[in-house]
Amino acid sequence: MATETETFDTSAYISHHLQNLVYGKLPAGYEREGYDGHHEILEHAEWTWAHGSEEAAAMGFNAIHVDSLAWSFGLGLLFCLLFAAVARKATSGVPAGLQNFVEIVVDFIDSNVKDMFHGKNALVAPLALTIFVWVFLMNLMDLVPVDLVPKIMEAFGVNYHKIVPSTDPNITLGMALGVFILMIYYSLKVKGPVAFIKELSCQPFAPPTKGPAIILAPLLIAVNLFMEIVGLLAKPFSLGLRLFGNMYAGEMIFILIATMFVGGISIWFALGGLLQIGWAIFHILVITLQAFIFMVLTVVYLSMSHEDH
Amino acid sequence: MELVIVAAAIMLGLGALGAAIGMGLLGGRLLEGTARQPELAAMLQGKMFLLAGLIDAVPIIGVGISMYLIFVVAPGVA
Repeated sequence: MATETETFDTSAYISHHLQNLVYGKLPAGYEREGYDGHHEILEHAEWTWAHGSEEAAAMGFNAIHVDSLAWSFGLGLLFCLLFAAVARKATSGVPAGLQNFVEIVVDFIDSNVKDMFHGKNALVAPLALTIFVWVFLMNLMDLVPVDLVPKIMEAFGVNYHKIVPSTDPNITLGMALGVFILMIYYSLKVKGPVAFIKELSCQPFAPPTKGPAIILAPLLIAVNLFMEIVGLLAKPFSLGLRLFGNMYAGEMIFILIATMFVGGISIWFALGGLLQIGWAIFHILVITLQAFIFMVLTVVYLSMSHEDH
Repeated sequence: MELVIVAAAIMLGLGALGAAIGMGLLGGRLLEGTARQPELAAMLQGKMFLLAGLIDAVPIIGVGISMYLIFVVAPGVA
């Protein structure tokens, strides 16, 4: 049934699946190729939907990943509404059904935070719960068959759709940036600016304070500052990239297995189905573990910014 | 094209090597610790899973990038 023009292009299929739905500002003078093949040159910069990855790249900074934002906000809302509804209807007797589940999750997070967080802060446990459940829900979208939602959206005329927000580095690094801002804020608030700067500049090599060796102090402080600031910046960066990398790799493998289905009903079809199920079962472990790691590291980093030396 | 695939192979191989050493040390120490103090087994296992996730992250990221290189970048430069 495959004709000359309809041969299956694996790399185009993969690229199509890795392309977000982008709404952005195309610069003036950009040559646009319409779906019908004719070219038009934009006279003014224009806010529009991107038709493919080239236009998304041309938009540069002024590009909004609408699908990532919609799914992540939707899932965050789902978490809030679900947990709030359960909390409002909570009974003090033997819990049943959904309340049981929510209590298990809250208890689990609470005991973990109590183990790891040694400061005094009422924000950390709710933050940890939000991060865990939200990241878990975003990762869970990875288990939805890769072609299901994009094909449904295509029927409504939306050409690109990526439903796993955590395979978008903008989302994961954005969350990590939020954690970083909290780290800096609590460092300044709990330790005070002086102690915070002292911690950055007087570790790991303590600068000498008396004797002739004091001329070495500025050098040691410069080395300390460099090392500590690199270490500080590496924390949010690795936090965001770890989640992104794991989910991206998982999604990539789902997409690759899905390319096996083009062989039609054959041995490849059955093998692809088995592989898809196998990888999905393994991935249940990965998505939970990555959500848990993101939460644990957030709590540990915040705990570090609450500790006085 | 060949160089892209060689790059992916090096990425996968070195990532797997490092992670295997890390996992080996982690698992070995877990068994040692549990044999010495069996009552701590549950707590140690929880921490082991956390660290396994941390160790796993880098090679998995490598797998993702190398899959992208092999199936998307390599046909493009051929």
